Parts: sequence; C-alpha cells; structure tokens
Amino acid sequence: MRGNTRKKTGLLRNSGVQTVIGSLLCILIGLLIGYIVLLVINPGGAGKAIVAILKNFLYYPSPVAAMKYFGSTLVKASALLMCSLSVLFAWKVGLFNIGAAGQYVIGAGASLYFALKLGLPWYVCLVAAVIAAAIVGGISGALKAYLNVNEVISCIMLNWIGLYCINMLLTQVKEQSTPYTRSLESTNKSALLPTLGLDKLFANNKFVTLGLILAVVAAILVWIIMGKTKFGYELKATGLNKSAAKYCGMNEKRNIILTMMIAGGLAGLGAGVFYLTGIEQWMVQQTSVPTMGFNGIAAAFLGGSSPIGAIFSSYFIQHITSGGTYVDTTMYCTQISDLISAFIIYLCGFVLFFKVWLNRLLDRRDERRLAQEQKGGEA
Amino acid sequence: MLLLIQYTLIFASVLVLVALGGCFSEHSGVINIGLEGIMVIGALGGALMMKYVAAGIAAPLVIILVILASVISGMIFSLLLAVAAIRFNADQTLVGTALNLLGPAAAVVLVRAINTAESVDNVSSTVSYGAAKKAFLVDIGGFEFNWFMLIAFLVLIASYIVLYKTRFGLRLCACGEHPQAADSVGINVYKMRYAGVLISGALGGLGGLVYITAGVSEWKFENGVAGFGFLALAVMIFGQWRPVSIGLAALLFGLFRALSNVYTGFDVLVDLKLPSTVYNMLPYIISLLVLAFVSKKSRAPKAEGIPYDKGQR
Repeated sequence: MRGNTRKKTGLLRNSGVQTVIGSLLCILIGLLIGYIVLLVINPGGAGKAIVAILKNFLYYPSPVAAMKYFGSTLVKASALLMCSLSVLFAWKVGLFNIGAAGQYVIGAGASLYFALKLGLPWYVCLVAAVIAAAIVGGISGALKAYLNVNEVISCIMLNWIGLYCINMLLTQVKEQSTPYTRSLESTNKSALLPTLGLDKLFANNKFVTLGLILAVVAAILVWIIMGKTKFGYELKATGLNKSAAKYCGMNEKRNIILTMMIAGGLAGLGAGVFYLTGIEQWMVQQTSVPTMGFNGIAAAFLGGSSPIGAIFSSYFIQHITSGGTYVDTTMYCTQISDLISAFIIYLCGFVLFFKVWLNRLLDRRDERRLAQEQKGGEA
Repeated sequence: MLLLIQYTLIFASVLVLVALGGCFSEHSGVINIGLEGIMVIGALGGALMMKYVAAGIAAPLVIILVILASVISGMIFSLLLAVAAIRFNADQTLVGTALNLLGPAAAVVLVRAINTAESVDNVSSTVSYGAAKKAFLVDIGGFEFNWFMLIAFLVLIASYIVLYKTRFGLRLCACGEHPQAADSVGINVYKMRYAGVLISGALGGLGGLVYITAGVSEWKFENGVAGFGFLALAVMIFGQWRPVSIGLAALLFGLFRALSNVYTGFDVLVDLKLPSTVYNMLPYIISLLVLAFVSKKSRAPKAEGIPYDKGQR
C-alpha cells in the first residue's frame, strides 16, 4: 500500500504529456492507415501520394508560391480553429456540439447576406454572423435544457434546416449565370476583412487578414475563460454534474443555453472570418453541409480538447485536407484526406484508454522498482 | 396518391429498419450515433453487389445476395463501434461521430477508385445498378411493390418477438437498464452488447440499401444518406424504444419525407406555392418538433452510453 501514498511524479505521469503522446500516436496510426488504403488502391503511387498530402503547399518549388499557398492554408485553418473551439467549448460542459457545421453554415449565410444584400461593412457582418449562429446554437441549448432533447440529434436536424434556409436566402444574392454568390470584391469592398499588412508576409496573398489574428485571440480567450474564470468554472461544474451544480445555486439551465450560444457564436465567427476574406463564394445549390464543422470535431479531440492544442491540431487537419488536393488524381481522389481525418477522430476515442493503460504500466514499473529496493535493503 | 403511398411505405421501411437497429443497440446499452455511417457502408456493399452480380441469375437469388452483402458490410463496419465502445471504453458519441465521417469518406474513396480503375476519365463517385434493382420490384397495377416493404414489416414483427418474448431479448434489455444486476445473474454483458451493436449494424446496413434503391437506380456516394440515420434515431426516440411505436412513428416520418418527392402531384400543395426547399426541410423540422414534445419523459434505457465497468457497484 505504500506505493499509493507515494507522490507519483515523472514526465510520463503528466496528463498533458500523455495527451500529446496520444494525439501523436493517433496521427501516426491515421497516416499509416491512409497509406495502406492508398497501397490497396494503387501500389504504384502510394508513397508519392502520402508525401504530397504531408507536403501540401511545399509542393510548389518556388518559395513565393509556397508562401502564398501557406497563407491560404492558414486562412482555412483559422476557420477550422473556430469550429474546433466551438466543439471543445461545448464538450467541456458535457455537450457534444455536432451542430458546429450548421452554425458555421448560418454564420456564412448571415455574413454574406449582410455584406452582399445590405452592403454593410465587415465588422457589422462579423457581428451578424456571430449573433445568428449563437441563436441557432441557443435553440439546441434551450431544447436540451428545458425539454431534454438530445443535443446531438437536434443539432443534426438544425444542420440540415440551416443548410436549406441559407441556400434559399443566398439565392437572392447569387450571380446571374452561376450558382455562386456574387464576389465581395466587386459588390462590396468594405465587407472584406482588413489585411493589416499581413498579406505582405504571405507573398501578397490578399486573403490573409485580420481573421487569422481573431481566431488565435479567440483560442486564447476560450482558454482563459475555461481555465481562469468563475464563469468557466461554473460551466464546467454544470457539465460534470447538472444536479450538483443546481444544488450549489448555479442556474444550470441558463448555463447549458449560454454554452451552446457561445459555441454557436464561435462557429459563426469562424464562418465570418473565412467568407469575409473573399477566398470562397457560397454555392447556393449545395446538397451537403460543409465539412468544416465536422473537421472541427477532429481538430478539437486531436488537440486533447484544449484550446491551445486546438491551434496546432486545426492547422494539422487543414494541412492534410489541403494536401489532399495535390495527390495524383489519375490514381486517387482528394477525399483520401477526409478518410485519414475520420480515422484520426476514431482513434481519438482510444486516447482515454491509452492513458489508463499507460498509468497502469507505470504503476507496475514503480512497484517492481520499489520491490527491488526493499529486497536490496534487506540484503 | 398511389405514388405518395408507395414512397411513404418505402421511406418508412428504411426508417423502421434503421430505427430498430438503433433500438437493439440502445437496449443493450450502447448509443449508436453512427447509424448514418453504417447506412452508407451497407448501401455501398449492396450497390457493389448489384453492380457485379451476373445478369443471368434468378431474381430471388439476386435479392438474397444483395441483402447479405449489405447486412454483412454493415455488421463489419459496426464492429468498429463495438470494439471501441465495449472493449476500450471509448466515448460512444465520439466514436459514433467518427463512424459517420468514416463511412461516407471510405465509400467515396472506394467507389472513385473503382470508377477510375474502369476508365481514367471517370472521377465520379456514382454506382449505377439499374438492372439488378428490378429484382426487388413487383408491379401491381401501377403500384410499385418493393420486397423491402415486406422485409421491413417482418423485421418489425421479429423485433417485437425477440425483444419481449425471448430470453435473449430480455437479457439484452437488462444489460441496457442495469448491467451490474445482469452480470450478477450470470449474463455476459460484453457479449450482449456486442450482439446489440452487431444487430444494429445489420439492420442499419440493410436500411442503407433500401434507401438508395428507393426511387433511383444509381447513387452518388458523395451525398451520403442525407441525415437519414439521424432521422431514424428521432423515430426511435419518438417511438420510445418500443418496436410497435417505432413502426407507427416511421410511417409518419416516411409520409413527410415522401411529400418532398411527390408534392407536385397534389393541386392543393402546388397552390400553396411554397418553394421545394420547404418540403426538403419538412422531415427535419417535424422531427425537431416531435423531439421537443416527447423527450421530456423519455424512456431511454437507463445505462445507455455508459461503458460497463465490472468493478463498479
């Protein structure tokens, strides 16, 4: 019994270190499975394809071009980071926000409608995106708090309802001849996010804007709110035990709704900082919800559900997703990256078991050492 | 009108099958959010079997082969959930979501690989199976009877009997309500949970096959199954985890889903001049409303979603 009272220390005992090891293992195994799938499809180009996915923008030999595409990857990663923050914020409160995808759609719709139809400047559009998405998140939260509706299912339903609504709404501002919305550049320049000179750093990639900074600031804010404030503590307490939180005088229903509203707002902001750069136009005939929100789930869990970890994991997920477009399309398809990130999420489910297993292994090692020491003392 | 009934019945069959799948899994204590992904994989298995089955084979044999293909692929895919959730105590919602992402991605990668191998220019993710699909259909005076309607009905009856009248079913339910108590009387909780998830895989896979053969003769796998797995979960909750109620709930949801296919045939609905998008949204809106009304007094199995820990009291 002495083993239990002794303080357990050591680098491997650190929960953060264990999470990092777990996440790295997930990535490695995920990539390995991806490689095997590529091998099965066509053994000839598998090695090249996996390298292309990992190289992403380094595919371009000229440093100027590589820098430019690095910028574009970062822009997409910033939107992904917001989605993953949305997922992990709700997760900390015990809610699974699979609706990040739908809230992202709503944010995209609101920001583009305010920009293209109403001709308002970028900051108004961003606020509109956040509020609209927060309301949708709030609906799921309220349904959960007052009517005990499983948030996963209500979120999925709202994803589809949101997609159809936004398609209808944005049809009003689409180009005459294409199914895409009008470009911000030609319709309303004031809605483009300011670049603050960041574009110069990335070989004049005009899509690199304030949005990048906003996303990182949001990650840090989430970290502070969750880790350092009373409000964050209350939310976490509600997530751990609703009844106990209520007993302690917290308004648990309000906390659930607030959480989902904040989660929704984060996803909406992600859509805002993406679509208001003008990097992509909305296609009004989309029949499936954009994958950004779902990849956000991958990024959130790969980052060990820590906001700071999410910065790195979001970049990684976006890196391989963008890298997927560089595989040799005569042999493989770009969705191979989606397959790899899906496997990574799946493997993230095992991280908890991995931690338990690792701790047990370390316990056994310590016990053996202790036993040896005792024997040494007796002799 | 006939068309509306036909579509209602076929969509209801899909929902019944998948919702019953969810029902078995949840009664054993494992939440199966991954039904959507399982449907896609089951559909893929069935579609590929229909594509490759030789043209000359008799219709009953085609039916059996195709059903087997989708059931087995659904079961194999659901094993991913079973192993993670039962053996490794993984978070069931997380793993289920991973399955939902994994299913469509794997299907697209596989189908596109097959298509590209056939001809380099073909980069679509579509499988067509017009010829083999005819084996499932019987024309009765303008009403296209689909064998799956009968199968879904039989599965419904069988589920009722299995869940309430057999030793296996009652034991399964015990594992979802109070696994420790079940274990104490000698029931192997792990085995029961594996059985529950595998049954849900089989039914989910079959449901996916029915979904892609309803009305169309080719399927673009990039589209997945458009949230049908989740609609089925809504049906299951609306049916309060009881087979007969699930059957009735599925009919209601099937009706709303069918409306979006055939509303142009009704003058009353056309006169409303609603955009077609509204009809597309209808099943999701209805299910949200229905969930809001019935979730309050939910009769979900008590121990669902909690990994079984032998040491816990």
